Order: sequence, then C-alpha cells, then structure tokens
Amino acid sequence: MTATDTDATVITPQAPAAREHRLAATIARFRPGVIALVILVIFGLTTIRNANFATGASIQAILSIAAVYMLLAIGEAMVIITRNVDLSIGSTLGLSAFAVGELFTHDPHTSIAVAFLVGIGIGAACGALIGVITTLIRVPSLVVTLAALYVIRGFVNIIGSGIQIEPSVFPQSLVTFGYSTVIGIPWMFLIVVAVALAAAYWMYAYPAGRELYAIGSNPAAAALAGIPTTLRVFTVFVISGALAGLGGVLFDAQVATVNSTAGTGYELIVVTAVVVGGVAIFGGSGSVIGAVLGAILLQVINQALVAARISSFWDQAIAGALLLAAISFDRLLAVRAARALVAEKGVSYVE
Amino acid sequence: MSSESRGRVRARGLVRWESALVVILIAVVLFGVAESSTFWSTTTIFFGGLDIGQVAIMALPMTMIILTGEIDLSVASMLGLGCAVFGYAFEHHTGVVGAMLIALAVGAIGGALNGFLVARVGLPSIAVTIGTLTMFRGIAEILLGQSEVSGFPPSLEQIGIAPIFLHLAYPFFFFLVLAAIYGVVVHRTAFGRSLYAIGLNTEAAFFAGIRVRRTKFLLYVVSGVICAATGIIYSLQAASAIYTAGTGLELNVVAVVLFGGISIFGGRGSVIGVVLSVIIVGLTEVAFTTINISSQEQQVIFGGLLLLSVVVPNVGEVRNRIRGRVRRAAPPVSAGGGL
Repeated sequence: MTATDTDATVITPQAPAAREHRLAATIARFRPGVIALVILVIFGLTTIRNANFATGASIQAILSIAAVYMLLAIGEAMVIITRNVDLSIGSTLGLSAFAVGELFTHDPHTSIAVAFLVGIGIGAACGALIGVITTLIRVPSLVVTLAALYVIRGFVNIIGSGIQIEPSVFPQSLVTFGYSTVIGIPWMFLIVVAVALAAAYWMYAYPAGRELYAIGSNPAAAALAGIPTTLRVFTVFVISGALAGLGGVLFDAQVATVNSTAGTGYELIVVTAVVVGGVAIFGGSGSVIGAVLGAILLQVINQALVAARISSFWDQAIAGALLLAAISFDRLLAVRAARALVAEKGVSYVE
Repeated sequence: MSSESRGRVRARGLVRWESALVVILIAVVLFGVAESSTFWSTTTIFFGGLDIGQVAIMALPMTMIILTGEIDLSVASMLGLGCAVFGYAFEHHTGVVGAMLIALAVGAIGGALNGFLVARVGLPSIAVTIGTLTMFRGIAEILLGQSEVSGFPPSLEQIGIAPIFLHLAYPFFFFLVLAAIYGVVVHRTAFGRSLYAIGLNTEAAFFAGIRVRRTKFLLYVVSGVICAATGIIYSLQAASAIYTAGTGLELNVVAVVLFGGISIFGGRGSVIGVVLSVIIVGLTEVAFTTINISSQEQQVIFGGLLLLSVVVPNVGEVRNRIRGRVRRAAPPVSAGGGL
C-alpha cells in the first residue's frame, strides 16, 4: 500500500511557523508522555464519578488484564517500525496457550519453567517461519501474516476441536502467579514492563535496534548503508512470535480456561494500541514505550466506562475514534513540521 | 520495482495465476465428487452460495480499493453497522424500505468518512480503516446492544431459505450481477484503467490527469454502501439483526481478493480472478463440510492457498536469488516486502 502523497507536496513558505515547529516536535518527541497524561486524566475523571476506581484492586485488575496486550504490543511495535506488520500474533498466542494447556494435561508434573520455554519456543518457531517466508520470498508481511493467522488458528482448531482446558489442569503455582502481586503490582505486569524496558533500551542504544528505524524509514537506503535488512526483519518476527508465545503462557496463568479460540481478534486490538501509542503504521518512527502505553490506555478506557457506569457498548466506538484522532493528530504535526522546515531553511519541496 | 525482468516475471506469474485458479477449481470439484456422493448436487450450489455470499459481495469493492493500492479493513464492521441500523430503523417503524434506505445512507456516510481521511487528509488507509473497523462496530453496538431485531416481512426472509432461481442463493446471485458490473467497469472503462494507473504509480497517474483523490474517495463511498447492503441481506437471510453480524470477516474478504490474484501493492489482478477465488473458497467449504472437516479446521487450507497465491508468482525470482544469478545494483524496494 503506497501512502504516497501526490498532491500538496509543494508547500508555500510561512514565516511564523518556526515556533509551531518546535512545539510540534516537542509533542511528537514526548508522545509517551502525552499518552501517560491522557491515562491519568481519564483515571482522575473516572475516580470523580466512582471513587472505587482508584482502589488497589481495581488498578491491579487493569494492569493484569493489560499485561498480555502490552506484551504483544512490544513485538508488534518492533515489527511495524521496520515497515512490516504481524497479524498472526493472536493465533500464535492461541497456539501457545493451548499447547501449554495440553502439556499440563498430559504431564501434570511439568515445571513452570518448562511451560514458559515451550510457550516461547512455539511462538519463536512461528515467528521464524513467518520471518523466513517474508524475507526470503519477499512476500508482503501483511499477506504472509494474514495467511499465518489462518493456518495457525486452523491448526489450533484441529488439535483442539471441542476440547476445553479447565483451570484444574494448570498447576496451582501457575494460576497463583497470574494473580499474585508484589508491593501491590501484579507480577505479570512487572514482567511485561521489564520486557518493554529491555526492548526500548535495545532499540534506543544498540546499533541493531537503531537499524530497525533505518529499515522502516527507507528500506532501500538501509540496505545500501550496509544494514543486514533481511536478518533484522527476520529477527523482529522471531521476537514478535516469541512474545506472543510468552503471552500465551501468561494467558493460561490469567484465564486458566482455555479453548481453541484463545487470542482470537487480538491482532487488530494490538495494532490499534501500537498506532495510538505513536508508532507510524509505515514504520520508521515511534517507540515501544509508546506502544505499551497505548495498550494500557485502551484497557483503562475499557475499565473506566464500566466504573463510570457508562454502557460498555461505547468501548469500541471510543477506541476507533481514538485511533483516528491519533493518526490525524500525527498528520497535523507532520504537516506543521514540514511547513516550519520550509520557513526555516527555505526548502521548497518537502516530501 | 523498477527492474524490468522482475516486472516480466510478475506479469507471467499473473497470466498463470488465473489459469492456476481454474486448475484449482477443477481439482476442488473432483475432490468434492470423489469424497462425497452428495457434493455434485443442487444443494451444494445453494448452500455454498449462501455461505460465501457476504464475503463474496464485499470482495468486489475491496478489489477496486486494493487495485488502487489502498485497503479497507472496515468492510465487515460496516456490514455489522448496516445490519444494526437496518434493525434499529425497522424497530422504530420506518418500514422495510425506509430502513433499507437509512442503512444504505449510513453506509455512504461511513464510506465517505474513510474516503475523506484517506483521500483528502492523506492518512494511511490501513490505519484509518482499522480505526473505523472498531468505530463502526462500536456504533452498531451502541445502537442495538445485546438485543436482536426480528420480525421482518416473511417474503423478504425467503432469501435465506429459498433460491432465487436455478438453485442460486439470493446473496450469490446478487454477487454475480455485481461482479458482471464490476468486470465491465474495471476492464472496459477508462475509470477502470485509471484504477490500475493509480495502483501502479499514484504520482504518474496524478500527472496524467487522473483525479486520484476523487477516485479513491468514490471507491470508499461505494464500498460503504455495498457493505451496508450486505448487512441488510445478512439481516434478512438470518431473519434477525444483531450488532455482531459479520465480525472478523474483513480478513476473509482480503484473503479472498488476494487469493484471486489482486496484488496487495495495487495495479495488478482481475475481477475474473476474484470471482474464481470466491467460487473455489465456497466450494472448498462445502466439500470439507460434507466430509466433516469443520469450518475452523478449513482455515489451514485457506491460509495455505493464500500463501501459495503470493509465493508461486515469486518462485522464479527466489530460485534465481538462491542460485546467486541475480546481482542487482539496486537493493529491493523493501526488506521483506513491506506492508
């Protein structure tokens, strides 16, 4: 899909735009901060309507439900930053969740560490397969991961048709892990935050991480600059798959009742969260932290509606409008920044 | 994608693709006949057409949009919204025709919103339509909630029970008529040619005098109207209107279109390919259902076919690359093919 702008490429200079440019740049740079602010505002407003919203239990519930989406958003953000997309994550999560459930069904004495390794391994294998097809055959990732969405989900249905894995199958320690907290914060949330910080640091400070942005901004230029684009793209798909696999195990720990539909439809929710979080859908900009905050924001809205006794029917309409607002806002900033650039440097042609 | 040899490889692959679809279609029919004694019957035509109907109809506007290099992921939500609006209006005593008109108008408005954001504001269509996907479904949910509207005139509910003629289900007949119109418009009019021009090179199309923005806007409006119409058909076919109608079908629609040989980058493919793809998918579903493979399990085959449809045209290139014969001066356009 080309997003080429044919019209409006030539922009007339405007003098007082320089300050606007700085403001726009500041807001763009602090997107995660803006989202965090929005989360706090919603939180405050909801608490005014319903004091119970700010209690520890309520916050814990939001954080642990958000955890799985946040985890998926980390991988999806990395994939989208390289100008690809991964629609298979919901199915991969389902496969991992179901396979780990089956593992405990057949061998109740499996250790939790093994369960985590199996889940992550299954996810990484799916990601590797997608990565190979995408990079080797150079088929658009949208198509490959769409196909993978069906193939993996179909596979889950074949092995799991009519089977429902009950909570009793899972060892008590895993289920407890789904609920237990440390200083009032769910363990699950802490794990996800650790993963997010590690990913963010890698993408900020390591050459390989920076190269993901280069690939997303201009794949051809990145390849000419000597960046191993194939390897990098392959790697982000493996990471995305592995995180979806880990998400499957966390899903088991949290939901404990698993059937073959686990994770259905997560992919579009996660893409929404990532884009709301400031990752450009055509790659090259955004951050993992923003994406994770985007996932929290969607969950906070969801829960806030319930707490404010507004019908939860509004949830989806708001999430959709939020996405449209986020991309329109980004567009506005980009146009302003381009104008300011023209004003400052006298460039007459801005792409 | 400037390399000429690559272009030729692609072109040859496409010429083969429609032929490949015919071969696959024959294979599916033979498979169905061999596996099930009831496959070669009129019920297959009726129920196959009934099941695939909604996806089939929505695949046509999607074809045009993907030809221009954009995408519309909000189609299934628009189906749901059309269904909800139709039910809501009917419940509020607008009469069936009134309810239909209101639903179609809402479809046009929703399509215009997509079109405005994509064509006028210049936002990426994949992000816009994921947003409207969520939003349209949300509005449908606000309108109907968990309630269900039924009690449509029995004569109209016939479309879910009886064939229109010759064992053809109504939705599928509607699809065939629409496909004929689309075929003529896409392949026999200047407008249709302009879609390919936009898809192959938006900028060149713009400088050639094609009204790129207006065309894209129009395509989204038409898509909205047709998807809302599909929602009405769904309501009558199921004899009830619910807000969850068609949930998740958007990816099926995209998959059917891509399997039909429409390039995700735009500018390549044909309506006949999409029609063949629809028939193959419909017949495959019937064939597998008759041998007790559930529709969930069929997803493996569906996904495999989709993958095949993009891999096969590229096989020659991959072989060359592996042998190391292709040493391009310029690197590929996008690592991993992009979005």
